[in-house]
Amino acid sequence: MESHIAEIVQHTGGVIGNAWLMIAFPLVGAFILLVFNRFTNRWGHLLGVAMSLASFVVAVLAFFELIGFGEEERRRAVHLYEFIPGMVDMGLLIDPLSISFALLITGVGSLIHIYSIGYMAHDEHRRRFFSYLNLFVAAMLLLVLADNYVGLFIGWEGVGLASYLLIGFWQFKPSAAVAAKKAFVVNRVGDFGLLVGMFIIWTTFGTLTFAELGEKIQPGQTNGTMLAIGLLLLLGACGKSAQLPLQSWLLDAMEGPTPVSALIHAATMVTAGVYLVVRSGAFFFPEGSGAALAVAIVGAATLLAGAIIGCAKDDIKKGLAGSTMSQIGYMMLGAGLGPAGYAFAIGHLITHGFFKADMFLGAGSVMHGMNDEVDMRKYGALRKVMPITFVTFFIGYLAIIGFPLLSGYFTKDGIIETAVHHQPILGWLAVLGAGITGFYMSRMVFMTFFGQKRWADDAHPHESPLVMTVPLMILSLGALGLGAYLVLSNRLLLFLAPAVGRPEELPEFAPFAPSGLATLGLVAVGAIFAWMKYGRAEVPSVQPRGSFLTTFARRDLYGDALNESLFMRPGQWLTRLAVFFDNRGVDGIVNGLAAGIGGSSGRLRRVQTGFARTYALSIFIGAALLTGALLLVGNI
Amino acid sequence: MTTHYLVLSGILFAIGALGVLIRRNAIVVFMCVELMLNACNLAFVTFSRQVGNLEGQIIAFFVMVVAAAEVVVGLAIIVTIFRTRRSASVDDANLLKY
Repeated sequence: MESHIAEIVQHTGGVIGNAWLMIAFPLVGAFILLVFNRFTNRWGHLLGVAMSLASFVVAVLAFFELIGFGEEERRRAVHLYEFIPGMVDMGLLIDPLSISFALLITGVGSLIHIYSIGYMAHDEHRRRFFSYLNLFVAAMLLLVLADNYVGLFIGWEGVGLASYLLIGFWQFKPSAAVAAKKAFVVNRVGDFGLLVGMFIIWTTFGTLTFAELGEKIQPGQTNGTMLAIGLLLLLGACGKSAQLPLQSWLLDAMEGPTPVSALIHAATMVTAGVYLVVRSGAFFFPEGSGAALAVAIVGAATLLAGAIIGCAKDDIKKGLAGSTMSQIGYMMLGAGLGPAGYAFAIGHLITHGFFKADMFLGAGSVMHGMNDEVDMRKYGALRKVMPITFVTFFIGYLAIIGFPLLSGYFTKDGIIETAVHHQPILGWLAVLGAGITGFYMSRMVFMTFFGQKRWADDAHPHESPLVMTVPLMILSLGALGLGAYLVLSNRLLLFLAPAVGRPEELPEFAPFAPSGLATLGLVAVGAIFAWMKYGRAEVPSVQPRGSFLTTFARRDLYGDALNESLFMRPGQWLTRLAVFFDNRGVDGIVNGLAAGIGGSSGRLRRVQTGFARTYALSIFIGAALLTGALLLVGNI
Repeated sequence: MTTHYLVLSGILFAIGALGVLIRRNAIVVFMCVELMLNACNLAFVTFSRQVGNLEGQIIAFFVMVVAAAEVVVGLAIIVTIFRTRRSASVDDANLLKY
């Protein structure tokens, strides 16, 4: 291990001692809204926002209390209660890593709550929507704040539930109901990995608490068990974070309302996998373990797959979903590089939370003005009618493609440079991915805001109300400057170091490294190519047939087809076989036995003729046989 | 010699058994049953004489007691059946079947 991780200190009192309030506020909000139901219809959304904001305030106060401690004392465990006697005590771990997540979740979460007031204003189930959002925030906070894997897992399932409920929020749409089910089922596969990983941790180390695990895992411990734990946790992370090969649910998840896509399926929940990998770093980084390499490979593969998918989508939300996959791929790649990459992975996670939420909400704002049209071929020239949405979206766009000095430039290039340094092949693939990002994001911006109007006849686009645009502005501010703040002079890295470890040498900010220049060049090429194809040239308002490659990307790289042929079809055969066996085999034996007994007894009852002499004859024959038998054995 | 008694007992038993099997009149069947019982009694008494103890004779008395009781119940049943069906044929009383 190339780093030193600080000891965990027990803590009582103060804001950190009451950090459970962070989880309690939104949980109580969800409870009130769900239990009191219609009675809260009038003010339910305000309560939801208030609870989320209260949680944010607690997080900020806890953050300031935390940085008041010395660097080596910034990992504070708060004991709450005995959860499973003799096995696990429930407690919270407030350290730089978890507090960063908590700030992101509550901060961006609150902004999205506020935005939803406007976005869901005309939905008759707005109160239910806010109760689910609050439930999500509570579960997500439990996920990142718990000081043991059991608490993490409860939060993990909680966000899965909230995600399911919110994807299927408009459950009257069959597509939404199916998408929700798909997300749930695919996530079960990942949860299986996490759960089995936890089982192995428990049997190997006898504890599931982060603090005790930190003491028990020897540095440099490497064997098959550690590798197995690492790979199983990676499977869990893949499910939640929509990484290959469990990526297929995220694109369908866009059936949910747009604020949900922004909060859950872009900014926070889907990054839980990255959190899991970073938090469980000890299982991934024994010397020579393949688990970390597996993480990096999964990340690199997904960042390319997501980018390619993003290139061909005409649905603005699905395009953004492909991009989310891709960006989380970058984070995974960073998390697979060890302490050197952790800070950039988390940094990219935070800035991505801002600029992707910004763009999703921007897309929501566009949809809001365009009668919920999502097809970008029906947009065009919207920058004049939606100036605020355009400017904020454009800032998010510049941030994601890594335009110099914006957020994405610092965090994504940090990941790329670290990757080129540690895993050159994966690093250069990430450079290629950045170029593709430049293309598909530019395509999205040009198709939506530039070019000719291709609106439907009944579309009257208009700017959204302030309650929606103010969160956009705040998020775009984050997209502008947060990356520079976090990365320059290694601020985030030094802040996170006590929790995740410090790399041997601190990364230098090197704006003219070859990989950085190559990235910028490729992004520029991608953007110019997109301008020629979608900005300057006329965009057909009906989807053209496209080449083989376009179809390949449109169909999500045949991910669904692969799942169908590999898992669904054989599964169906298996169930059919089981049904056949049940009907013919099990039922056959039981029914056959009953029929046989029934038939033979039907024949046997014919013996009962009702004539006394028949019975007398049978008695005589029996007696004669008995006598004969006795004579035969010679007893008489 | 007691063999003759045993032969007579066997003949009487066979006649009784045959009567039970082939006659239809309930009274006659009943009398045939009595004939078989008495054939047995004869055999018991004969063996008692043959081996020289009294057990066989005692059992013969028991058989007679049972036969008397049986006559009471059996005749009552036959009379009742005759009253309801105006027939004493055992083949007519064949409702208790499949």
